[in-house]
Amino acid sequence: MYDLIVVGGGPAGLAAACKAWDEGVKRVLVLERDKELGGILNQCIHNGFGLHRFKEELTGPEYARRFIRMLADTGVETKLDTMVLRIVPGENDAPHQVHAINGADGYMVLETRAIVLAMGCRERTRGAISIPGERCAGIFTAGAAQRYLNMEGYMVGRRVVILGSGDIGLIMARRMTLEGARVLACVELMPYSGGLTRNIVQCLQDYDIPLYLSHTITDIKGHDRVEQVTVSEVGPDRRPIPGTEMVFDCDTVLLSVGLIPENELTRQAAIPMDGRTSGAVVYENMETGVPGVFACGNVVHVHDLVDYVSDESERAGAAAAAYVKGTRATGAALELVNGDGVSYTVPQHLRLEALEKPAQVFFRVNRVTDAAEVLATDAAGRTIARFKREHLAPGEMERVALPPQLLKTAQGPLTLSIREV
Amino acid sequence: MKELICIVCPKGCHLKVDEENGYAVTGNTCPRGADYGRTELQNPTRVLTSTVCIQGGLYPRLPVKTSKAIPKGLLFAAMEEIARVRLTAPVTCGQVLIPDLLGTGADLVASRDMAAL
Repeated sequence: MYDLIVVGGGPAGLAAACKAWDEGVKRVLVLERDKELGGILNQCIHNGFGLHRFKEELTGPEYARRFIRMLADTGVETKLDTMVLRIVPGENDAPHQVHAINGADGYMVLETRAIVLAMGCRERTRGAISIPGERCAGIFTAGAAQRYLNMEGYMVGRRVVILGSGDIGLIMARRMTLEGARVLACVELMPYSGGLTRNIVQCLQDYDIPLYLSHTITDIKGHDRVEQVTVSEVGPDRRPIPGTEMVFDCDTVLLSVGLIPENELTRQAAIPMDGRTSGAVVYENMETGVPGVFACGNVVHVHDLVDYVSDESERAGAAAAAYVKGTRATGAALELVNGDGVSYTVPQHLRLEALEKPAQVFFRVNRVTDAAEVLATDAAGRTIARFKREHLAPGEMERVALPPQLLKTAQGPLTLSIREV
Repeated sequence: MKELICIVCPKGCHLKVDEENGYAVTGNTCPRGADYGRTELQNPTRVLTSTVCIQGGLYPRLPVKTSKAIPKGLLFAAMEEIARVRLTAPVTCGQVLIPDLLGTGADLVASRDMAAL
């Protein structure tokens, strides 16, 4: 019987496990399906990680290494090459079950007091966005291409068109260029980029790679391998405008069109989900709707910065430790509602009794603004907190801290909204 | 007056740099932004990250980086140097693979551990 099983050994799982151990929980197991810990950081060889957390600019593998070494200094047990197949929540404080499988142990049914879900996310594929055209080779998700290039040692193409301006796509535009490929265009459906501004500058502008906003791929041609891609401008309704077609001769298409939290286990365990984040609904301490089951990192909502994943996951790890030691978060929950310009919040519910420190609320906006205010307004129409921002964009996750003393004066659901000033 | 977006951190501050006034930077929210604004217009530099060939480890590629930013104009020349590196595991993170890369004063260093299998 374990105190805590962490599903996933990426940045979220590592931070949660380390924190739970530090908080005094000693029977902790991390289950990881890859052959090493670190998750997707291992293929993110570019720098820019850890500016918030370590005040230095690390590469992905370096950031992962810090946490892997931290974990190695604990007595946390890990199982690599291990796939979790199912979790079965226990009712009324009975232990939860984790069903997992690997080559050495075979099929395992493990019992645990608490679970942290840290499975991360996966990439949206061609099938998910229905790009027309022929079914030829040479179409990769940007992350898959990144793994081929940076870890497995395969160059995936020579003339590349990138669909979507998510951060991985932008990073791959630079990476492929440095390795000698020609990146002909980065094509984005929306009128604004999905990635961080700094990546537009240092990955596209540095290498004179054109970014076509309000454009999409409307045809892919190629018998065996991609030969030609047609790109069209789209109108405000996101539909292609006839007559605007541009043709690119290329051998590769990379897709950077969004990430989807990987929540098969969560859904199967009937843990309540949020349709906006595609992740579990969570409380202020990252507990899901099932007591003793916590979730953190990209499996809850897709983050831009791993630094924030680590922070959030440490909160989940600390809360799981408190749960193991018998603390049950109870009391009425204040619901957070999306107001104008806000597309989601995490957490979705705040239990004020349990709240000692300011509640960290992550959210995304659904439009680009210049100077704006973020407002937290209660059901009586009273604004209990406001935060100034110079610039807001959907591609950049925002964070506000709501102090408990202010939250306790709020009546009914709290609406988070933005307002241009 | 030149306008540029700072790339030091994900915040992406909109900087204004006055070339005629000793490259005075405004719009930055930290001292690193001011440094970036000044160097970007006079001698733009970047930390270069890539991978090199390695045998006997878990993967055939080892991630590497320059120990500090190098002139932007040397990035492709540096990539050619990096392509010549051949390693055998084990390698430790931070291990110097090419000292003083292209005379820049920056070393090419390993950015992960790779144990011998």
